Amino acid sequence: MSLPAIPDDPQIRARFGDLKPALTRQAATIEADRCLNCFDAPCTVACPTHIDVPGFIKRIATGNLRGSALRILDANILGASCARVCPVDVLCEGACVMVRQNRKPIQIALLQRHAMDAFWASGDTPPAKPAVSKKLRVACIGAGPASLACAAELCRQGASATIIERRELPGGLNTYGVAEYKLRAADSVREVEMIRKLGVAFRCGVDVSSAAALEALEKDFDLIFLGVGLGAMQRLGIPGEDCDGVMNALELIAAYKTGHLKELHGTVVVVGAGNTAIDAANAARRLGAETVYMLYRRSESDISAFDFEYEHAKQEGVQFLWRRLPLAVRAGDQKRLLLDTVQVQPVSGSFFRVPDSEFMIECDLVVPAIGQSSLADLLQTLRGVEVTEGRIVADPATGRTGNPRYFAAGDCVNGGREVVDAVAGGKRAAIAMLKNAEAAHA
Amino acid sequence: MPDISVKAFAGKIDSPNPFWLASAPPTNTGEMIMRAFDAGWGGAVWKTIGEPITNVSSRYSAVDWQGQRILGFNNIELISDRPVETNLREMAEVKRRYPKNAVIASLMVASNREAWHDIVTRAEDAGADGLELNFGCPHGMSERGMGSAVGQVPEYAQMITGWVKEKARTPVLVKLTPNITDIRAVAQAAKRGGADGLSAINTINSITGIDLDTFVPRPNVDGKSSHGGYCGPAVKPIALNMVQQILADPESALPLSGIGGIGAWRDAVEFLLLGCGTVQVCTAVMHYGYRIVEDMADGLDNWMREKGFKTIADFRGLSVAKVTEWKHLNLNYKIVARIDPGKCIGCDLCHIACWDGAHQCIHLDRVTGPVDGHVELHRTPASHQAASRASLAETPVTRRERAAAFAQGPYPTPLARIPRVDETECVGCNLCACVCPVEGCITMVEVDTGLKPETWEELTKGATSGKRE
Repeated sequence: MSLPAIPDDPQIRARFGDLKPALTRQAATIEADRCLNCFDAPCTVACPTHIDVPGFIKRIATGNLRGSALRILDANILGASCARVCPVDVLCEGACVMVRQNRKPIQIALLQRHAMDAFWASGDTPPAKPAVSKKLRVACIGAGPASLACAAELCRQGASATIIERRELPGGLNTYGVAEYKLRAADSVREVEMIRKLGVAFRCGVDVSSAAALEALEKDFDLIFLGVGLGAMQRLGIPGEDCDGVMNALELIAAYKTGHLKELHGTVVVVGAGNTAIDAANAARRLGAETVYMLYRRSESDISAFDFEYEHAKQEGVQFLWRRLPLAVRAGDQKRLLLDTVQVQPVSGSFFRVPDSEFMIECDLVVPAIGQSSLADLLQTLRGVEVTEGRIVADPATGRTGNPRYFAAGDCVNGGREVVDAVAGGKRAAIAMLKNAEAAHA
Repeated sequence: MPDISVKAFAGKIDSPNPFWLASAPPTNTGEMIMRAFDAGWGGAVWKTIGEPITNVSSRYSAVDWQGQRILGFNNIELISDRPVETNLREMAEVKRRYPKNAVIASLMVASNREAWHDIVTRAEDAGADGLELNFGCPHGMSERGMGSAVGQVPEYAQMITGWVKEKARTPVLVKLTPNITDIRAVAQAAKRGGADGLSAINTINSITGIDLDTFVPRPNVDGKSSHGGYCGPAVKPIALNMVQQILADPESALPLSGIGGIGAWRDAVEFLLLGCGTVQVCTAVMHYGYRIVEDMADGLDNWMREKGFKTIADFRGLSVAKVTEWKHLNLNYKIVARIDPGKCIGCDLCHIACWDGAHQCIHLDRVTGPVDGHVELHRTPASHQAASRASLAETPVTRRERAAAFAQGPYPTPLARIPRVDETECVGCNLCACVCPVEGCITMVEVDTGLKPETWEELTKGATSGKRE
């Protein structure tokens, strides 16, 4: 596999520098020494992939950095990107017992990043498990975290796995959808490269959403893993939505991460207040937009974004317009846009327009960010796989679907959670598939 | 206001406080000692005076622990590298300018009577308030028949102490090496030789560590190392034990200047409680400077106020009699661990420590239902861990999920993670209280066994004479 290179644009690099500086070796050792090394540690329990957190931290303290990285990768093959993108406040660090003594939690994410950075710097690769090769062949559809974790686990245990991705680059949202100051697209691709070295095969730029394509896959592979994630972002459903100058949050993020968008000016309005909306709003600021508004139909206390993301957006200079709904997008002068909005009052689940509260925002870009829809086309072609409310119905512990040849995990099952959830689900599915194969063999 | 001064230590030595600098680099020159006195040190034992030596580079190495520097410290430096006359001229200057501070001359010369007579006279003529005979230096000097080479042979120590006493007009302290099977042997010899007091302990033979790239132990002197003398916080327990041994034995008990790992007033108080008259400090000063004495002095003062002690004599030696032989300990005294669920943070270190290092009586069964009794009845640490690893965890992405994930129970820690002590099995070993990171969370509580006190000695006596009930 040769991957198209991610352009390394100095302007983007400067504007999207690391959000948090890395720990120095000494700082990492001191922080690692703070860890109490809890028994059956709550941080490990809280992590969906159950990384042995005290185990990798104490290896940093003793200077066993290779051991530390392998400890991480053993539980979570995307340990490097998870160290950068996980909302650790509500996961491992949120579970740290230190907080019950009013002490700062151990900086688990930064320590994990320290171990993984050292691993990359050493040029090492995780050893493939010396298992006898198994006859199981699995196709993983989608090259996001769920499929990557599933395929990596299968290969490490001697099965063969092929990842099929419709986009040009593998990595899914890690490559195309994470704010660059958290995780660089190039780093996501590098991580995928490590997984390729474990023996995973990749077919990028291949669409398998047709019934015929799926049938062909069913012939070539024993089992199929669905790690397809979610579909395109939902539309606002307002007039003028298809105007030039309307670009949804994921399009905006992918565009700047792949070098197709380098600068913005003027006023940007992001509609929505989730984590992706915040990533898009912050990106707009960093790309040069002087004014960035986030428009949200509910109030501050209702936003679904994590608290630390909301705080971050405020620091980036994003402004918030609460309980306001977009009504229409119109073309203005000099390629500008006019966004009509209205104040709303939420009453038992509905939103009533406040009379005489309309106002028009003159802007340069409107960014819908009100969540992703499901991949309806593909899901309809899957036979025997039950789909409810746009989500594939699968057993969370094994990824089993109604069709015994199909397994699924990640956003397409959970409706959209974090990278670490997808990794955990993908890995569990791989283990279940291996068990299946073993049982069938016996 | 408490009086922390020392009066007539070893017969004649007065000092504004019990805090002396030990004979070491911090007391290398008169200029240094005067700055130390300005900072508040009560006395100083001059860096050992003798025939000037040549030192090596490097000289020190340290043991760090969990991010803390200098838990233990090691040196291969020898005695003063300055001419005797320079040291003594400066000593006279110091005494003239600081008449109230104690200046002790630490001495080490070749093992002949004339050499000792000569140096004793010259030091006292320079104004020394007392003499400390360095029979302890464990490296370098010992290869030349001095230092611990003397301190390890009671007969030599007694003989040289005798020579010194023939001339000395000021109190003579003998500094003891811990590098000997029983430190009391040399302490007794010094006493027989007429010593007025003792200083203990000197440094402990050590190799602090080895460079895993070069395989050369530290400190590295051109690719080789040599054993050094170990000191610093790590040696305090060893020093306290030896001090107690010396002072509990009438044959060896003398006014004692306690040394070994003292860095703060608390350490000093411990040495005083075991009967020391003064204490000596080096490593902590080498780490932080003379200024540490300020807290030592007012920390001692405040502690004495709190306890109602007016002078050091009021509490000096109070702990000596509280150390006894094991055979005199009450076998029927029983304590058990109690965990305060309101303070527990759920690290469960007590659980794993009790299971793997003690008596398997701390369990994680508050939710499943407490079970008392033998190990077989309980879930093992491995089974707890396996259950956790098999559990499904998800990122709480919605506000409602986050509220549920961080919901507060009856205690700050989820009940399932607050360990419980099976008091029927607890032996009261203290291990859990030692590992618990939260102060006051695990307390050891006395339980009434209904049995009258009985020691091992009493028990075995009864058994052999057949009188035991």
